[in-house]
Amino acid sequence: MTPPPETGGLPAFEDHDAQQVKYTTCYMCACRCGIKVTLENGQVRFIQGNPNHPVNRGVLCAKGNAGIMKQMSRAKLDGPLRRKRGSERGAGEFERISWDEALDELTARLRRIRETDPKQLAFFTGRDQMQALTGLWAQQFGTINWAAHGGFCSVNMAAAGLYTLGQSFWEFGDPDWDRTKYFMLWGVAEDHASNPLKLGLDTLKRRGGKFVAINPVRTGYQAIADEWIPIRPGTDGMLALAMVHVLLARKLFDWQYLVRYTNAPWAVVCTPGVPGDGLVLRDDEGHPLAFDVERETWVDATLPGVKPALFGAWTGPDGRPVKTAMTLIAERYLAQAYTPARAAEVTGVPAATIERLALELAHTAFEEAIEVPCEWTDWAGRRHSSVTGRPVSMHAMRGVSAHSNGFHSCRALHLLQVLLGSVDVPGGHRAKAPYPKHVPPPIKPAREMAPNRPLKSPPLGFPTGPEDLVVDADGRPLRIDKAYSWEAPLAAHGMMHMVITNAVAGDPYPIDTLLLFMANMAWNSSMNTANVREMLTARGADGEYKLPNLVVVDAFHSEIVDFADLVLPDTTYLERHDCISLLDRPISEPDAVCDSVRVPVIAPDRDVRPWQEVMVDLATRLGFPAFVNEDGSPRYAGYMDFIARFERAPGIGFLAGWRGDNGGASLRGDPNPRQWQHYEDNECFFRHELPERMRFYRFANRDYLEFARDAGFNVTADPIVLELYSETLQKFRLAGLGLYDGPTPPEADRERIARYFDPLPFWYRPLEMDRTDEDYTLHAITQRPMMMYHSWDSQNAWLRQVLAQNHLYMNRGTARRFGIEDDSWVWVESRNGEIRAQVRLMEGCEENTVWTWNAIGKARGAWGLAPDANESNDGFLLNHLISELLPPDGDAAARSNSDPVTGQAAWYDLKVRVRPAARGESGAWPTFDAPAGRGDGLPATLRYATHAPKRLTRSLRDVLFSRR
Amino acid sequence: MRLGLVIDLDTCVGCNACAVACKQWNASGTSGPLTDQSPFGRDPTGVWFNRIRNYEVGHYPDSKTVHFPMSCMHCDEAWCVDVCPTGASYKRAEDGIVLVDPDKCMGCNYCAWACPYGARELDRAEGVMKKCTLCVDRIYDEALPETERQPACVLTCPTHARLFGDFDDPHSAVSRAVAERGGQPLMPELGYAPVNHYLPPRAPREAPAYERGPSLVDRVKDWVNQAVAR
Repeated sequence: MTPPPETGGLPAFEDHDAQQVKYTTCYMCACRCGIKVTLENGQVRFIQGNPNHPVNRGVLCAKGNAGIMKQMSRAKLDGPLRRKRGSERGAGEFERISWDEALDELTARLRRIRETDPKQLAFFTGRDQMQALTGLWAQQFGTINWAAHGGFCSVNMAAAGLYTLGQSFWEFGDPDWDRTKYFMLWGVAEDHASNPLKLGLDTLKRRGGKFVAINPVRTGYQAIADEWIPIRPGTDGMLALAMVHVLLARKLFDWQYLVRYTNAPWAVVCTPGVPGDGLVLRDDEGHPLAFDVERETWVDATLPGVKPALFGAWTGPDGRPVKTAMTLIAERYLAQAYTPARAAEVTGVPAATIERLALELAHTAFEEAIEVPCEWTDWAGRRHSSVTGRPVSMHAMRGVSAHSNGFHSCRALHLLQVLLGSVDVPGGHRAKAPYPKHVPPPIKPAREMAPNRPLKSPPLGFPTGPEDLVVDADGRPLRIDKAYSWEAPLAAHGMMHMVITNAVAGDPYPIDTLLLFMANMAWNSSMNTANVREMLTARGADGEYKLPNLVVVDAFHSEIVDFADLVLPDTTYLERHDCISLLDRPISEPDAVCDSVRVPVIAPDRDVRPWQEVMVDLATRLGFPAFVNEDGSPRYAGYMDFIARFERAPGIGFLAGWRGDNGGASLRGDPNPRQWQHYEDNECFFRHELPERMRFYRFANRDYLEFARDAGFNVTADPIVLELYSETLQKFRLAGLGLYDGPTPPEADRERIARYFDPLPFWYRPLEMDRTDEDYTLHAITQRPMMMYHSWDSQNAWLRQVLAQNHLYMNRGTARRFGIEDDSWVWVESRNGEIRAQVRLMEGCEENTVWTWNAIGKARGAWGLAPDANESNDGFLLNHLISELLPPDGDAAARSNSDPVTGQAAWYDLKVRVRPAARGESGAWPTFDAPAGRGDGLPATLRYATHAPKRLTRSLRDVLFSRR
Repeated sequence: MRLGLVIDLDTCVGCNACAVACKQWNASGTSGPLTDQSPFGRDPTGVWFNRIRNYEVGHYPDSKTVHFPMSCMHCDEAWCVDVCPTGASYKRAEDGIVLVDPDKCMGCNYCAWACPYGARELDRAEGVMKKCTLCVDRIYDEALPETERQPACVLTCPTHARLFGDFDDPHSAVSRAVAERGGQPLMPELGYAPVNHYLPPRAPREAPAYERGPSLVDRVKDWVNQAVAR
């Protein structure tokens, strides 16, 4: 806008010559938006969204806008700390030590572990975004006890997707926002894809698409939905499968899609009680067989041109009875168990609504299909001139996955998507590179360890049968978290929520050192928090801590820091280099392969070091083969040099852009020493646009599959078959039934394995709900607050003005029944204990559900807050009520409170009862005493500004001519 | 010119991005710093020009949740200006932005009492009333790229629920949005003639569905396989 001629007197508000603009990547949450940072006098003047960035296209959320206050946090750690000799863990008494001393001490201890028994080091990372590096480090160290936080986050979603579609939601794939006409959001109050989801909803609504939100609670996203479905927690799988019932009952599914791209036509052996039951009928070479309707004979189902029957039951060539997988699907979901009427009883959603939603989805998919002209070649080399779009899409996350039936519920959603033919088609759910991968990705979790040896494969992978489990000859867990044991066979992200409990119990064995990065296990990242805090200070008969050595790496003083023996302070996101790699958690779009970096925009003013840099240093000191030359000298000059020169495979490194001698190679090419500079010159991101012919049906698109192989995303260019029927799961089931030719679970696990490893998705009551007394009548869940989610790691001075206390929200009608008044204090009781919280009544909450905002409540003395801060005196933590162990089931040993397939922490299975607190009882309970001295010297006011304001005073002209 | 904002209640998810962007920009802006009291202690509070209100309408399960960002409406009948005893509050002749001259303000709070929208905030550390300036220090700054000469709240909104422009210009984005979507000012009956407008939520979209019909469950066995080539 040009200034009106009269303004004249406006001052030059900003001294742009004194300012500098830099680009980097946000890290206020896991969204990874591009930011444009204006700097002035060594401080941050303004952080805004980078308009050119593929993730956020110029917009920025509340958290991203509060980055300045993360930098101003009083919780920033300012140097390495060692627990004071003689002081108790948890007392928060530390001495400052030098980095040399800290690293010498740590190196000596780690060296001894590595030389003797590498599994004595457990390395678990929280919500970090560099698992490719931390995983490599653990692999080089030689411990299988490594994982990130996925086990307590959303592994159900990731595993269900990867074992079904070879992709999933969020970083794996997105709704095709520009074309979709119907969008269903399941169990999401806020998510990693914070700004993309908001941009997408705006696009959808502007285009007149319908938005259906399924969530027990109506907050932000649900508020703008065309239809809100208040569902009972833990029943999403039932809702999805009842819609499957409707689609099947009305013959509304994409027949061609199922035949061409899925295993629905494959013949499955049906010999209950006999080995081989439920496995795919195969020829001598192991190819799956299908019955060709024209040739009327058995054919290799993977060959092009065959015309397999989708339905049917026959006697197979070897004399065994077989049915197609699709026949089994029809039999399963057409049964009474999945009628809308039955689902209505379970979910609380009226049967007519369930039926209508299914018929709307189908109508949109089939009657409003879109044909997009597009030359592409399928996996068999056949050329096509268009693609058929099914403009229905979904996004789902924590609300579906954080239940002990989450894996199957997530698979149920994918089944629904696939029946509608809506995966990787225009208007549907589209994969983002490096996805899709083969089902499942061909990496097996490491099992063998030896002193001073790297693992032969990464610690995490994807078992395809009982022989891939990480157990000993007697079937006992080998990992400290018991991931990949019979307790949680497909624990593809590990089970971080069990590490402290298991290590302190010495089950399966004690460990020496627990190294935690960005993981607040003494607070909101643990179940049963009060007890976990006691475990951290528990001593054995010898008087020593049962967990001998706890090393914490973080930038901020979280609750876990006070329990550390050694604290290594990290930098903030504005102070360091980072890469958001395709080897890790990518930021690609459906139409482009993308990655990005962070670069420091301000210099740290404390004695802190980026953890990446420290990891490379430690790896070099410990002589990891990938980090040192043969003579033991350092191979890399530091993190940046490592990122630029390390190759996972020839030409494949952490960063895909500007590879090769002159930076001319994309995705694959020789290391380029100037690569970081190229990123910096290009606003810190790399975007490789995919040609139109590679944008759809990528699981069966030859050009894309070959491209993905050459780029190192996949090992082969073979087509990816979507697995509606999971033979992998059936193998485990057979093992549970004693019918498997291979490892068999211990007696105590057999029934569980046989029950939960169903090759088709099914709905069952979440385990805790099934075993909790009837009088815990309410579901208790958390929702992620948009203005705080993942930014709670500094309890930001601006964001806490928006939300400093979490309440227990409940339905007004329900509260009336319990005699509970608005704003009153209540006791919330579960089988694990009780807490006190303040109530807020609302309408937009399912009647059997109470909920609160996630991770707002804090412990006194943490996060640089005053001990009387609202967060630690009025706000509360629901986690105290959640046991990390399930209620006992008969005589069986205690099991983790997790999904029995993947080990995902079942946060949302919690059942509670609520009663009014007595008169005079107020304030949160339990509370924890702050270490002495916390809160001293906190400023009473904060007046942040990077320059003295250029005041705008009223001009004489205005005084004379203004109407007022 | 009559500059102001349009806020789309159809897509506002209440994320607070606009509120924090406003806080961030204006902390070092012409009215900055925006003092925060007890920033790390009990009951933190500070000066914000833009706050998000949340409401529920109706009863479960048909209740609606509404997120309602509120900032200065830059009223045509700006009583906050009329009541100002020192002439510190004024409405600019050329563009209608309501501002406070900090040199003349004595922090008496009359304007805050006169404002029915709660848009004025006293910076207790300075004894000066502060308020939304429509980012006057951005919109006229020719050193900024033209696309960025907008209020910080508009620039950042992740659902593009905020528009900025000249309500006197019938072709401006704000005028067109108000005309097309039936935009309304807040509580016009009070007579302040607010310039900012809100776009009401669109009517919920009804998606067409297949007719409800009889289940084919009993006939599954008779379904004839189609010859589809893999």
